Amino acid sequence: MIDMKGVYKTYPNGVTALNGVDVHIDQGEFVYIVGPSGAGKSTFIKLMFREEKPSKGSIVINDYNLATIKERRVPHLRRNIGVVYQDFRLLPRLTVYENVAFALEVIEESPNQIRRRVMDVLDQVRLKNKARFIPDELSGGEQQRVSIARAIVNHPQLLIADEPTGNLDPDTSWEIMHILEEINSNGTTVLMATHSQEIVNTIRKRVIAIEDGQIVRDEARGEYGYEI
Amino acid sequence: MKFRTLGRHTREGSKSVWRNGWMTVSAIGAVTTTLLLVGVFLALMLNLNEIASNVEEDVEVKVLLDLTASEEQIDNLREEIEGISEVGSITFSSKEEELNQLIDSLGDKGQAFELFKQSNPLNDAFIIKPKDPIDTVDIAEKIEKMDYVYQVDYGEEVVQQIFQFNKYARTIGLALIIGLVFTAIFLISNTIKITIIARRKEIGIMKLVGATNGFIRWPFFIEGLLLGVLGSIIPIAAVVTGYYYLYYNLRDNIKFEFIELLPFYPFALQLSGIILAIGAFIGVWGSVMSVRKFLKV
Repeated sequence: MIDMKGVYKTYPNGVTALNGVDVHIDQGEFVYIVGPSGAGKSTFIKLMFREEKPSKGSIVINDYNLATIKERRVPHLRRNIGVVYQDFRLLPRLTVYENVAFALEVIEESPNQIRRRVMDVLDQVRLKNKARFIPDELSGGEQQRVSIARAIVNHPQLLIADEPTGNLDPDTSWEIMHILEEINSNGTTVLMATHSQEIVNTIRKRVIAIEDGQIVRDEARGEYGYEI
Repeated sequence: MKFRTLGRHTREGSKSVWRNGWMTVSAIGAVTTTLLLVGVFLALMLNLNEIASNVEEDVEVKVLLDLTASEEQIDNLREEIEGISEVGSITFSSKEEELNQLIDSLGDKGQAFELFKQSNPLNDAFIIKPKDPIDTVDIAEKIEKMDYVYQVDYGEEVVQQIFQFNKYARTIGLALIIGLVFTAIFLISNTIKITIIARRKEIGIMKLVGATNGFIRWPFFIEGLLLGVLGSIIPIAAVVTGYYYLYYNLRDNIKFEFIELLPFYPFALQLSGIILAIGAFIGVWGSVMSVRKFLKV
C-alpha cells in the first residue's frame, strides 16, 4: 500500500524536515504517527498526498510513484486518498450536503450517484439530519464528521488524518475515533498524526514515532511514549 | 468534460459574478470604459480606412503621349507599359475623348472650348490603374523614362501624402487599441485577483479532493466571459447610437465625393460584433490569468 524508501525532504529555506525515512504500511492497517512538534510529522503526511515532493528517495502509494508522478496525474492520486485536517477545511458557503457532494462533483459522478452516496456517507457519520446546515451552524465535532464524510465519500483506500481531534473536547474526540475505527474495519488504511496520549494508549494500534526527521520507533501495538 | 459538468461550471461562474458584488461592478466598469474608447477609435479608424481606400482606388496614372508618335509607336509603348508587372489595367483615350471629357467636366463654361474641336491641342493619353495603389509612384517613374512619353501625371504630392497619412493613422490607431485592451486586461485581472484571494482556501480544498486545474479554471473562464460581455453592453449601445446619428446627419452635409462613411448597416453590426469579441477576450484573459497563480497547490 505505502512504501517509502530513503525519503529526504529539505525545504527551500534550508530546513531539513525528513532525514532518511523507510517505512512500509499494508492495506487495512491503522497507524498513529506521533512525535514532538516540528519533528517532521506534518511533512510526512504532506508527502503522502503530494502536497510536497520528496527531495530524495521514493514513495509508492497504490502503484503511484510520488517522486516521479506527472503534475496532471496528481488529481487522480488524490481521489484515492481522503484527507482530514485539524481545522476541518470545509467550504463555509456550502451546506453539509454540498460540501460532501463536492468531492464527487469533481470526479463528474452522475447526480443520482452523488445523491445516493452522500446520503449513505452522512448516515455513516450520523449527520443525515443536518444535511441542510452550513458548517458554522454545527459544533466542532459535527464539522469534523462532515470533513470525514467528504474524505471517505469516494471510497478511498487510504485515509489520512492530521490531528483530527486536535480542536475537539475529549467526548467528541472519542466519537471521531470510533468513526475512524469503523472506516478502518471496512478495509481502508488509516494514517493518523496525533498528540493525544490518551487515545494512542487506549485504542492500541501500530505507532510510528518521528523525531528530528527520522523514525525512532515503530511498534505493532505501541504506546504514545511521550510525557505531556 | 461531460455536458452536465459544463452546466455546473456555468452555474458556478454566474453565481460568483453575482456574489462578488462591487468587485463585479468595478471589473465591468473597467471593461466598459475601455470598450467605449476602443469602440470610438474603431469606428473612426475603420471609416478613415474606408475613405483612404476610396481615394486610393481613384488613383490613376495619366500618360500623355508625344504629338509626333505614330500609331505603331503608340502600340509599342502600350506593350511596354503592359510589361510593367505592377500595372493593373491600361486604357487608351484619344485626344478627342480627352477634350470631350474636359468640356463635360466644366459644365456650362465648357462651351468655350467647343472651338478647340477644330484644332485639338490636347494629347492622346493612356489611363493606367495600378494593381496596388501603393505602386503608383513606381509605375509613374518607370513610364517617365520611356520614349514618346510627353508627360506623366498622377498627382504626386496628394498621393504620397495620403499614403503617408494612412500608414500613420493605421499604426497609431492599432497601437492605441492594443494598449487599451492590455490596460483593461490588467485592470480586470487585478480586480478578479482580489476576489480570488478570498477564495484561495476554496481552491486549495478543491485541489485537495482531487479537482483538476481545468475543473477549477472553468468557472473563472465563464465568470470572465460574463464580465466581458456585460461590460460591452453599454459601449455597444453608445457607439451604435452615436454612429447612427452621425451617419444620418453627416451623410447629407458632406459634399466631398470621396468622403463617404461606411453605411450604418451592416457596419453597426460588425462594430458591435468586434466590441463584443474584444470584451469577451479581455474578460476571459484577465480572469484566467489571475487564477493561474493560485493553482499551484
